[in-house]
Amino acid sequence: MRHFLTPSDFSKEEWRNLLDLAERIKNDPKRYAHVADGKKIATLFYEPSTRTRLSFETAMINLGGSVIGFHSADSSSVSKGESVADTIRIIGCFADICAMRHPKEGAPMVAASVSPIPVINAGDGGHQHPSQTLTDLFTIRSLKGRLEDLTIGICGDLKYGRTVHSLIRALSEYSGIRFVLISPQALRIPSYVREETLEKNSIPYQEVEKLEDVIGDLDILYMTRIQKERFFNEEEYNRLKDSYVLDMHKMDMAKKDMLVLHPLPRVNEIAPEVDNDPRAVYFKQVQYGVYARMALIMTLLNLEEPSC
Amino acid sequence: MLNVGKLENGIVLDHIQAGRGMLIYQALGLDQKDCSVAIIQNAKSSKMGRKDIIKIEDTYDGVNFDQLAYIDPDLTINVIRNGELIEKRRINTPEKLVDVLKCQNPSCITTIEQGLHQIFVLSKDEVSGTGKHNVYRCAWCEQRYHVGR
Repeated sequence: MRHFLTPSDFSKEEWRNLLDLAERIKNDPKRYAHVADGKKIATLFYEPSTRTRLSFETAMINLGGSVIGFHSADSSSVSKGESVADTIRIIGCFADICAMRHPKEGAPMVAASVSPIPVINAGDGGHQHPSQTLTDLFTIRSLKGRLEDLTIGICGDLKYGRTVHSLIRALSEYSGIRFVLISPQALRIPSYVREETLEKNSIPYQEVEKLEDVIGDLDILYMTRIQKERFFNEEEYNRLKDSYVLDMHKMDMAKKDMLVLHPLPRVNEIAPEVDNDPRAVYFKQVQYGVYARMALIMTLLNLEEPSC
Repeated sequence: MLNVGKLENGIVLDHIQAGRGMLIYQALGLDQKDCSVAIIQNAKSSKMGRKDIIKIEDTYDGVNFDQLAYIDPDLTINVIRNGELIEKRRINTPEKLVDVLKCQNPSCITTIEQGLHQIFVLSKDEVSGTGKHNVYRCAWCEQRYHVGR
């Protein structure tokens, strides 16, 4: 039985197969409308989420399956003190696959260690969010036509942003990738990402504070939310805050074919005026996330591709 | 050179990286044991420059010294019986440490999940920047264990 807990759970070839399947689904979604008839996904969300949970649920419904689950720890037996291990053993009696979000890091790994059904990590604290990474890679590959030879700028909160850690780990598998990591000093990527992924694999990267200094070099700009309270002091916040807001002035400095991605929700780090720029693909990314999760569910459940 | 009496029966942990002797003393729980212990810190060493040594007057059977790999993988274990050295060996670095270390990440699932073993996995090819010891990561949250923190 396979689980999807971190991007490295799948080999590079398996990633390619997954992205190829997502591409076929995107091109003809109706063809896949009954591949999961009679199957159920349990969405176990111990903390609130709108996009990720609804994306998984929509993906399963689009495949012909159905959905059970809970949307917060308060509305489950967790509030009575039930362990993650016990919860997944019980859910395994009801559902065929589960997507779990948990505020504690490693919770989906604990679930997978005893689970009778495939477990998808839908975000565990600040650790990993591999299905968002799948969405990100699928979006990039669909719109850029490749995952190699790209300069990827990642901007914002790189310390606590789990989507960032998963994305760096996954993209490091591809040749010719260069990272430009744009963040305040206090919110740089954690040392384990730098040591275990970037330096271990000799991936070129640079760390800078200001987006406008590097935006012209980027093929992809991955924006993330940054909160004022994350800064160490107000002086640093005031000095840098404008650098982390993407507006048309900065977009004018970017390449004509640069793509802007964002895991959403967006607050004020992307000015609404950017939404109409064809390079802004973050809403398209949400739609691609559904196709990507459909492919993931099919893969983990070993569902057969429908005949033409 | 400071002289500490010869052991009749016991264990000598030698070639400990200077400054790590107390960490090993604590890791072995020697403060809880009913045995005599000598800790020699910062002793001169021709090979290492400086080193720590621990002498434990006890048979100390059944202790897994390999678990000390996270503190110092290069120490040597000398077993003394009736005043004679009967065994001298290095540490065999374990791939996994179970219930030896406690995850230092306050957001780790081990802080709330009942009955969960504290499992740490050797992170191969990873080099510690803070001295010569192995890098172990929590099997659940992947947080690196920092010795002495």
